[in-house]
Amino acid sequence: MRRNGIPALIFHGLFVVFMLAPLLIVCVVAFTPEGYLSLPTRGPSLRWFRAIFDYPEFIRAFRDSLWLAALSSTIAIGLAVPAALAIARYRFPGREAITALFMSPLMVPHVVLGIAFLRFFTQIGISGTFVGLVLSHIIVVIPFALRLVLAASYGIDRRIEHAAISLGAGTATVFRRVTLPLILPGVVSGWLLAAINSFDEVTMTVFIASPATVTLPVRMFLYIQDNIDPLIAAVSACLIAMTAILLFALDRLFGLDRLFVGSGKG
Amino acid sequence: MSGVVTQRNAPFLLTGPALLVFLGLVIIPLGMTVLLSFYDWGQYKGIVPDFTLKNWIEVFTDSYFFEIFMRTFRIAFLVTLAAIVIGVPEAYILNRMSPAWRSAFLLVIIGPLLVSVVARTLGWALLLGSTGLVNQGLIALGLIKTPLEFMFTETGVVIALIHVLIPFMILAVWASLQRLDPQIENAALSLGAGRITIWRRVILPQIVPGILSGSIIVFALAASAFASPAIIGGRRLKVASTLAYDEFLNTLNWPLGAAVATLLLVALVLITVGSNRLIERRYAQVFE
Amino acid sequence: MSHLVLDGLTKRFGGFTAVDAMNLSVERGEFISLLGPSGCGKTTTLQMIAGFVEVDDGGIRLDGADLVSVAPNKRGLGIVFQSYALFPHMTVAENIAFGLEMRDVPRADRDQRTREAMELVGLKGFADRYPRRMSGGQQQRVALARALVIKPALLLLDEPLSNLDAKLREEMQGELRQIQRSIGTTTILVTHDQHEAMALSDRIVLMNHGRIEQIGAPHEVYDRPASAFVASFLGKTNVLAATGDGQGAVTIGGLALALPGAGKGPLQLAVRPERLTFAQAGEPGLEARITGRIFQGAHWQFSADSAAGVLCLMRGNNGEAVPAEGETVRLRFSAADAAILPAGAAA
Repeated sequence: MRRNGIPALIFHGLFVVFMLAPLLIVCVVAFTPEGYLSLPTRGPSLRWFRAIFDYPEFIRAFRDSLWLAALSSTIAIGLAVPAALAIARYRFPGREAITALFMSPLMVPHVVLGIAFLRFFTQIGISGTFVGLVLSHIIVVIPFALRLVLAASYGIDRRIEHAAISLGAGTATVFRRVTLPLILPGVVSGWLLAAINSFDEVTMTVFIASPATVTLPVRMFLYIQDNIDPLIAAVSACLIAMTAILLFALDRLFGLDRLFVGSGKG
Repeated sequence: MSGVVTQRNAPFLLTGPALLVFLGLVIIPLGMTVLLSFYDWGQYKGIVPDFTLKNWIEVFTDSYFFEIFMRTFRIAFLVTLAAIVIGVPEAYILNRMSPAWRSAFLLVIIGPLLVSVVARTLGWALLLGSTGLVNQGLIALGLIKTPLEFMFTETGVVIALIHVLIPFMILAVWASLQRLDPQIENAALSLGAGRITIWRRVILPQIVPGILSGSIIVFALAASAFASPAIIGGRRLKVASTLAYDEFLNTLNWPLGAAVATLLLVALVLITVGSNRLIERRYAQVFE
Repeated sequence: MSHLVLDGLTKRFGGFTAVDAMNLSVERGEFISLLGPSGCGKTTTLQMIAGFVEVDDGGIRLDGADLVSVAPNKRGLGIVFQSYALFPHMTVAENIAFGLEMRDVPRADRDQRTREAMELVGLKGFADRYPRRMSGGQQQRVALARALVIKPALLLLDEPLSNLDAKLREEMQGELRQIQRSIGTTTILVTHDQHEAMALSDRIVLMNHGRIEQIGAPHEVYDRPASAFVASFLGKTNVLAATGDGQGAVTIGGLALALPGAGKGPLQLAVRPERLTFAQAGEPGLEARITGRIFQGAHWQFSADSAAGVLCLMRGNNGEAVPAEGETVRLRFSAADAAILPAGAAA
């Protein structure tokens, strides 16, 4: 393979600056000692990070977001694993349509989903509850869970299962001892991707959250709507730092390209 | 497990739970939303479940809505165009890097995808403000005298959305670049083709499907984006999704909001499904 | 003057020397194979000739003119890649015509030459097919036609047949040889398959660790391996422990042979399995016990234990009875069939 030329590397450098600039500026502004938005020219200060603790709603929203992400992605994986196995190994009428249906939350604008859930939850009386948030998040994260489990399921050689059956294993044993371990990497990465997407979701959630139950991104969004100050930069900087740590961990554990790019084909 | 599991009913038993959840939580709510768009609404009487075309007539005839939808699709188109112009060369450069550098820069490109879109847009708000770094830089360089207006403008929204969505384009194009025969450039070279000819005649035609599928994703997500236009565009510069949000949570005219949302959904489904069909038909012969 | 000359050609990747000061002269119209195990530098050599890999040291001259300084897209060489590297978005005819297009050959002339090239490789009627809709053998023909249609000064083949199944490979070998003979293009084949190299080439260049081990006609390198590596890489070979008296006589167990040039003391002889024969009653021979016997249709293959080592021998199946396992036999070979391996070469 030929190497990139100088113009290509300059282009690449500018692109990297473009991708990182907004994240870096947030982190830099978060360290300002001033009471207004500015670069920390007088040296860094942690005052706005300490200030976060004076706003318990951010802490509470963060806790709720974590619970929501964990619960909704766990349930989504529970639904996605059997569905993926069925889609991967059986040819049945409606298979294509069912797959398309399960992937549809990716294509339906989240505003529309938010409106639909708001209308539906108001009608059945769970509007603004945590249960409502979990139900809606299950739907939006199922495609991510399904896609990765499906990719893992397609990769299984069914003769391995047949070998287990021939050695006397029952249906449940085959699943527990053979099938599940084989698709486990897909299940784990599917769960993670689902949890991340649930944690970050804002567009749909903004419709169905209530002051009592609100996620961190929605809390931040509503705050920014009113005013932009160093406090929100500090909150965002924490979020960016957490994501960066998670990202390195994921890259070490799975390889990012496999998590995001290779998911289409085994 | 009780009951008899057979080849025949297994797929339905396995997909059953997810299918029920989707029926209850996607089909029914979406159906109710479409229905809602045909309900009547008044400032004092609230939502009245009488069938009326009022909302739809308003959405289609009032130039206010037309303007907002035009703006939405104009922004989506510009974002898609920019994503192609920037994303395709970047994917190509990425593909030519050594594996170690490539995975490092993949972190830079995919990483922002995992950061909340609110935090990312906040960054652009800080950069693009009239006293933001971009304006200060341009003034310092002597390129401009007075700060450029990015906040509450389409330009600002487009810039923020390119940042949010370009990873999807790069990943789509990179996936199709990986399917290229690694010797294909050498083959063209040995037959006498120069760099530009190789790009135009050999590489580009093969990655067009990847560019198109990336474009569909970017266009659909740009047209339905909410947080970035809401933060950068503010109340002054509305797009379809922020319009629907205002109707629902500020004006409380739910039926009208439902009509806007339904129209956005239908328009996007038509555009994406239509272009998918077109791509499949055009490239079926060459790429299975 | 030779057609193609490699003069001290060297390529290093970091601290690893892939091709080490390689010298080679190729005559016009010759079919040369670069043969060796993977990592021996044969592909790197080909890529330096093609211009895809930069040359670190030494030169390449084609008809006396320096090739290294010529851009790869101006060298005018025809290359068939291992993966074929066909353009999947172009039809067969478009693929073949691409090189002519790059040379601004007028339309009518281009069509004519494309048609001729397709006929040459037996692809008449496939003009409008896309490569993905063709079998491996057909794709291979397209790749060959695409490389030949530009009338290249050199045809470079990079493991062109390795993706085909055994039967098709044999068929293509015959055809490739016949096409090359008919158009007379100087050809360099890179392969790890010794049968392919022997079937196709005028001369074989055996490479190992970036160096040339031996150059010669297929039967020469087969019968007269210059090193233990060549002997063991090309076909099966027996390495026999022998003792020389320093005056041209060698004893191997109970067998005495006159081998001019053999040194004094212990030495090693390479003898091909098919050159070992059973001694007739009364003839002298190397005593051996048959330990295994495998029937392979056209011939029998035996393994035998002897004082000179474990031996393998072949005998044509001519319908006569053959020794059974456990039998003791006497083996012999003529001095002409034994190659003395250089001292110190471990087998």
